Amino acid sequence: MLKTFAKGGIHPPENKFSADKKVERLPIPKKVSVPVSQHIGAPSKVIVKKGDIVKTGQLIAEQSGFVSANIHSPVSGKVFKIDLVTDTSGYRHQAIIINVEGDEWDEKIDRSEDLKRDFDFSSEQIIKKIQQAGIVGLGGATFPSHIKLMPPKDTKAEILIINGVECEPYLTSDHRLMLEKGEEILVGIQILMKALRVEKASIGIENNKQDAIYNLKKLVKNYKNIDIVSLKVQYPQGGEKQLIKAITGREVSSGALPIVVGAVVHNVGTAYAVYEAVQKNKALIERVVTITGKSVTKPGNYLVRFGTPIKDLIDAAGGLPEDTGKIIGGGPMMGKALNTTDIPIAKGTSGILILPKEESKRREVKPCIRCAKCIEVCPMGLEPYLLMTLAEKAMHERSEKEDVMDCIECGSCSYTCPSDRPLLDYIRLGKTQVGAMRRAKSMK
Amino acid sequence: MNGVVIATIITISSVGIIAAIILYWASQKFKVFEDPRIDEVEDALPSANCGGCGFPGCRPFAEACVKADDFEDLYCPVGGNETMMAVAKVLGKKVSEKAKMVAVMKCNGATQFRKKHTEYDGALNCTIQHNLYGGETACQYGCLGLGECVDACGFDAMYMDPETELPVIIEDMCTACGACVEACPKDIIELRPVGKKSKRIFVSCVSHEKAGPSKKACSVACIGCGLCFKECKYDAIKIENVLAYIDPIKCVLCRKCVVVCPTSAIWEVNFPARKVKPTIEKKTKLTEIKEIDLIKTAKENSKKDNKTE
Amino acid sequence: MLKLIVSLSPHQLGKNSVEKLMYGVIIALIPMLIASVWFYGWGAIVVSLTAVISAIVFEFLISKYILKIGNTIGDGSAALTGLLLAFNLPSNLPIWLIIIGVFVAIVIGKMSFGGLGNNPFNPALVGRVFLLISWPVQMTSWPIPSPASEKFLGYTDVVTGSTLLGQMSEAMRNGESMKVFSDRIPNYFEILTGSVGGSIGEIAGFVLIAGFVYMLARKVITWHIPISILSTVFIFSGILWLVNPEKFIIPFFHLFSGGMLFSAIFMATDYVTSPMSKKGQIVFGVGIGILTIVIRIWGAFPEGVSFAILLMNATVPIINMYMKPKRFGETIKEK
Repeated sequence: MLKTFAKGGIHPPENKFSADKKVERLPIPKKVSVPVSQHIGAPSKVIVKKGDIVKTGQLIAEQSGFVSANIHSPVSGKVFKIDLVTDTSGYRHQAIIINVEGDEWDEKIDRSEDLKRDFDFSSEQIIKKIQQAGIVGLGGATFPSHIKLMPPKDTKAEILIINGVECEPYLTSDHRLMLEKGEEILVGIQILMKALRVEKASIGIENNKQDAIYNLKKLVKNYKNIDIVSLKVQYPQGGEKQLIKAITGREVSSGALPIVVGAVVHNVGTAYAVYEAVQKNKALIERVVTITGKSVTKPGNYLVRFGTPIKDLIDAAGGLPEDTGKIIGGGPMMGKALNTTDIPIAKGTSGILILPKEESKRREVKPCIRCAKCIEVCPMGLEPYLLMTLAEKAMHERSEKEDVMDCIECGSCSYTCPSDRPLLDYIRLGKTQVGAMRRAKSMK
Repeated sequence: MNGVVIATIITISSVGIIAAIILYWASQKFKVFEDPRIDEVEDALPSANCGGCGFPGCRPFAEACVKADDFEDLYCPVGGNETMMAVAKVLGKKVSEKAKMVAVMKCNGATQFRKKHTEYDGALNCTIQHNLYGGETACQYGCLGLGECVDACGFDAMYMDPETELPVIIEDMCTACGACVEACPKDIIELRPVGKKSKRIFVSCVSHEKAGPSKKACSVACIGCGLCFKECKYDAIKIENVLAYIDPIKCVLCRKCVVVCPTSAIWEVNFPARKVKPTIEKKTKLTEIKEIDLIKTAKENSKKDNKTE
Repeated sequence: MLKLIVSLSPHQLGKNSVEKLMYGVIIALIPMLIASVWFYGWGAIVVSLTAVISAIVFEFLISKYILKIGNTIGDGSAALTGLLLAFNLPSNLPIWLIIIGVFVAIVIGKMSFGGLGNNPFNPALVGRVFLLISWPVQMTSWPIPSPASEKFLGYTDVVTGSTLLGQMSEAMRNGESMKVFSDRIPNYFEILTGSVGGSIGEIAGFVLIAGFVYMLARKVITWHIPISILSTVFIFSGILWLVNPEKFIIPFFHLFSGGMLFSAIFMATDYVTSPMSKKGQIVFGVGIGILTIVIRIWGAFPEGVSFAILLMNATVPIINMYMKPKRFGETIKEK
């Protein structure tokens, strides 16, 4: 019996078209626009100005608060201007636009492909390096990684969980990374274990990635205290709380951080980025992005510098199909629909999914028949039908009592609803309103 | 048979009497003293329970009125000065008059001025769309057109114009309760003083975008060019963050700024000559005489305004 | 220029739909319809067709011309209500009575609350109970089933008899010993394979159980409500039987007689009028079980399951209020 999380969950069609496509390097574009808010938290502070010459890997915007991250130049060239650019949030935000000239790297970076296993850094040094490299959670949440490595005083980390679940349909970037950079990921995990001072690490991988499990199981023999856990295919297993439940059997209670049950979760992509930052001094300037979709002629996985417009990636995959209805940054369950093809790829973009027109439209909304299927599939044990009604009627105090803030926005409820009701739309509304209410209360 | 009827009558009447006694006893025993003036104040209020005063309804507002020493912070926007006078009369207090307000819609991005680039598909709720992205057009500040303000309005003072896809405020019905202002996630609606003879001049745009992208997104956007600022002799216009704002108190309604605005973003309402908002083509040159007249009347108006204040 | 569609996630939708769920239940009912034709002849078909067609017509007229919510008959819920009501009627009921029953079910029981999803009571049961109270004679005289329906008799031209439950309550009223009574009724295999009179849906328990299994496999319903009703009925009547076997009949009788199986599987599991959480569904089922036995033994009507379901329907909002699904991480919070 394979492990999985306790309640709810769905199994959407996997559609992993690009699973067997090797990661290729996408050519550097002529111009990149690097948004200054690629992570959760405060936008970074720009430290370059118009006309500055920057090198690849050079710091161009620095952390501006506790929850924030450094941003490095993904290319070398001249800063063209600092302007507003539409980013994945759908709004125009500040971005650094750089005209690319050659590809000259910062001297400190080790650009060789050789594997470097040994390291001799203290926990603090590692965390500092990760912080300087501007590493954020690459699973999509983009939470600055160094903060997760510094557990609060009264808690202690016991286990490091590496998320290689990739439960989103279509996406394969983590899968490819585990296949091609298995050893680097394992070294990265060792570094993270050292930083956290934990003795144990588990890599959770869903059972549909047999080759990745096989590859890592073969490699892991040389590394101590890391085990590979294959998990039953079930969405949303990649959710932090669900993954902890699946691997350790512990439940993180409402509003608490995973550290209270002694677990810290990082993505495999993050582990790889940590390896590069610590062993090669390379800051986070590129990532593996999946470009996929049913109508895409050449779905694939590309190593893309941040700031590259998604247009370039789509062109590399054979151009935008005729019948395109929707372009999604991320997977189909939690990704964000993008409004133009000029949006730059940022730290959180794990994939670009192109949906044909007939799959893009929502279906007609019918009345709720109270079939309770949304309750059945909710992995957090909430009542989506009720939360939607409460949000519609603006009864935000009641929805706070009904634990609306526990919602992880996995979309299982909207997916499963036979009446095609926009459950998650309204639950999100409820969450923003309750959040605003809480902020207003704490101000008083 | 008779016995049954009599017995029924007796039982039912005695039940009634006993119940009456219990009810009377309970009403005496559990009586809560309430200031009778609260009821009187409540009667004077419009009973709309709209929450425009900042209280949950008319009764809590009445209670607050009775408790309060002065009416500085208490104002019923629906009833206006008359109601507040009536309330003050009940309580024997004095109340200062406040300018009557009306909601104005500060986005003129009708479909013909603002092209749609994307198509929103989802729950028809402005806040939800606002949380998702900037909107169907290239302007991320403008009206989303899903009518959350119309739903919020408790006085039927708003409707959606199907042609422009913008909400329209019916002035005569608007009570300035502020429900729409609160409902709008883009902060487009503003409460402004009604003004002399309901005449108002305001900038119908909230875009902080720079001139280039702003004009690209919407042909009637305020581009922050500053022409109106230069034109205004009364220091009523300020430009902040590439957006002009007309101070309703300082404005003397001279209408000069309306003429100079290159994008027709400044609106004039309820002026005699042109009731309809001038379109870009209709930028007619006003004759000298008329202009002087206008300034004169405007000055007089402002004097009168100052006096009443 | 390409106009992209933008919406919130999820961008992928499942294959569930209201139609699929409703037709799933209807498919599960079809074997039952065939069985009832086998036992009761064409009467069963006439009753079912009348009910389904009139339900669709009423729903169409009201949704289109009175509520103006567009045509809603496509979702299959009206047809299902009609069919469920028909299965609660004797197969020789006059057509005008069926139409009145459907009118009450659809117009009063469902559409007056605003249509699908808004009705607090199971509309088919509202129709049935209305008929049962208003025309008790017609509603409680059943044709005697004749396997393979030797004659395929004419519509109302049959010998009628009372149900097992009717016989039981009469025996109880006469102070007859239940031990003696249970000796003269047919054995349970015969009851389950349909040799005892009753409503269309009360015959042939085996077919019902097959329908139940089908709906479980298709995930149309979950097991919680039917199983909790049946086990409560079994346990509660079992306790009574253990206390006094002279006065109370053995629990199997309650389980397999009358509309017990049909109502537990098809009527109580109606989505709209049953609780949302699993815990709530079990409470709901237990309530129905207890009320059914209470009405059957001490009530004025021989059959109580319809009343029990309607009574428990009324408690659904309260059950929903207090029976919350187990939240993730809840157990730890309490520790």
